[in-house]
Amino acid sequence: MTGFAQNTFNGLVSGAFYALLALGLAVIFGMLRVVNFAHGAFYMLGAFGAYVLLTEAGVPFWAALVIMPVGLGLLGMALERAVIHRLTKLDPLYNFLLTFGLTLILQDLVKLRYGVQSSPYATPSLLSGSVDFGLFDFPTYRVFILGFTVLLCVAVWWALTRTRIGMVVRAATERPDLTRALGIDVGRWVTPVFGFGIGLAGLAGVLAAPMRAVNPLMGADLIIVVFAVVVIGGLGSIFGSVAAGFGIGLVQAWGESYLSNFPIVSQTIVFIVMAGVLLWRPAGLFGREEAPA
Amino acid sequence: MTSTVDTPADASRSTPSSGLIAVAQAPGWVRYALLAVGLAVAAWLPNGLYPAVAVDILCWALFAVAVDLLLGFTGLMSFGHAAFWGTSAYVTGLVAIHAGLPFPLAVLAGALAAAVLAVPIGYLAVKRTGIYFAMVTLAFAQMVYYVANEWRSVTQGENGLQGVPRSFFGLDLTDDYFFYYAILPIVLLGLAAAWRIVHSPFGRVLVGIRDNPARARALGYPVHRYKLTAFVLSGFIAGLGGGLFAVGHRFVSLDVLHWTTSGKAVIVVVLGGIGTLWGGVLGAGIVVRLEDWLSFSGFEAIGLVTGGIFVLVVVLFRRGIWGSVAALAHRLAARRR
Repeated sequence: MTGFAQNTFNGLVSGAFYALLALGLAVIFGMLRVVNFAHGAFYMLGAFGAYVLLTEAGVPFWAALVIMPVGLGLLGMALERAVIHRLTKLDPLYNFLLTFGLTLILQDLVKLRYGVQSSPYATPSLLSGSVDFGLFDFPTYRVFILGFTVLLCVAVWWALTRTRIGMVVRAATERPDLTRALGIDVGRWVTPVFGFGIGLAGLAGVLAAPMRAVNPLMGADLIIVVFAVVVIGGLGSIFGSVAAGFGIGLVQAWGESYLSNFPIVSQTIVFIVMAGVLLWRPAGLFGREEAPA
Repeated sequence: MTSTVDTPADASRSTPSSGLIAVAQAPGWVRYALLAVGLAVAAWLPNGLYPAVAVDILCWALFAVAVDLLLGFTGLMSFGHAAFWGTSAYVTGLVAIHAGLPFPLAVLAGALAAAVLAVPIGYLAVKRTGIYFAMVTLAFAQMVYYVANEWRSVTQGENGLQGVPRSFFGLDLTDDYFFYYAILPIVLLGLAAAWRIVHSPFGRVLVGIRDNPARARALGYPVHRYKLTAFVLSGFIAGLGGGLFAVGHRFVSLDVLHWTTSGKAVIVVVLGGIGTLWGGVLGAGIVVRLEDWLSFSGFEAIGLVTGGIFVLVVVLFRRGIWGSVAALAHRLAARRR
């Protein structure tokens, strides 16, 4: 029982990262029809930025948790204005390719400066140790991540359902043409929403720094799992992305502990689930079926 | 390229075919002249470049043409073609090492394995279009990567397959110069097959599906089955390239399955010109040569340059090299008429 609880908890924690990244991808896709391949690279920049701030300027974790998402969000907005904006009228594939190229550039820039070795990042002292839950105890830092992410998702949910900009984002995500037809200036929100999505990726990166190895390639493999997550959840659905994020975290953690004798299965379980979902519901669990193209 | 319904009219949609039309409508002697120049360059290549680089260019040319078959002529952007390139590399390597077959047979086995793998992946992937198709193929390719990584008893994990032989009925092919000429006919055969596919009635249906899937469906074409067939053919051709690559390097590493390899294949096609077939060959030559030059000069951040080229091409130069030249020729020809 203890083992199961621990696996479940760890699954939810890694699910929290998937959820944060998938949420950012979903809002960006909603507003811009851009599948941002560079999302993983921005996650990596968040973690690396936190590391550099700490080691080279002595900026603590808590400050980095604010500085990096805001900084990267602004960088994202600049990027949207500078290049991505030019491609919005074209096939979404071109943006996918563009952000793929950006990923290679960002990764190699960091690699050139800091090498490929992993860099350690100490857990902030306030969050070291563990929390006792009676039968078992969990590292405080992971409890914090889970609580923080859930709060954040609730906050984003609130913003999407209760505010005007949230209404626009949701409307544009579900029915962009109709939203425009109703006279809502979708274009005004494109850049800030892109920055917001990038900021979420950066935030996930800062959160990851104390518990994952910080290196230039840390976002690369993660982003492909996140793509599988959004295919499972349905890219058009914000709720689906978050739910599938936590769900896949759980499935992966359970797979790793109960199928550890079958490493091939446990390592690829996300993609096996994706294959099953594609067979059963090609549009994803919470996705709307595309009108036949 | 296929786009979702709610995408604004795609200004670039006519790009892939216009390059093709320009070449197809060129007078016969122009096409024969181009073919002659291409063959002459292919025959001369290992004399002007390091033969090992020339061999890589041939392999990547097949890979690019395979990707373009889907991207340019079926409107499907596979971002997971490393799965076929890499699977064939591993199967070719294993067959060559353990069965000691002459290398063309080993490569054939590898390409067939890639085609077989393409059946289930393609079956699932063609259920989605556009950007979803790219993500699904990418994810399945990553699955194959993990399998190769974990199945150490067969693939040797991170060590890779060492010592893939180049056996060919006792002929000495250890020198890359001679090996280049040994594989050239296979590569030309693969390119000719791709050309044949594109210019067959089957290929015209694919283009019809790319331009307007709903119309193709209304005309009674089983769209999914056509796409799947194209996917498997493309997997086979990519597999031919991957198998030759394995024999060429006498070594198979996990890199052949990595997602950056899939991305590089798409870069090569976009740089050369989507939907032009020969553009992919040209792109392969440029990218392989450039990467070799960069690594030779000790520059460690190759991705910085290839990524940079990619961004520039996508932002400023979407027709690619061959597409731009063909469009220019087309415009000149139209003016003269």
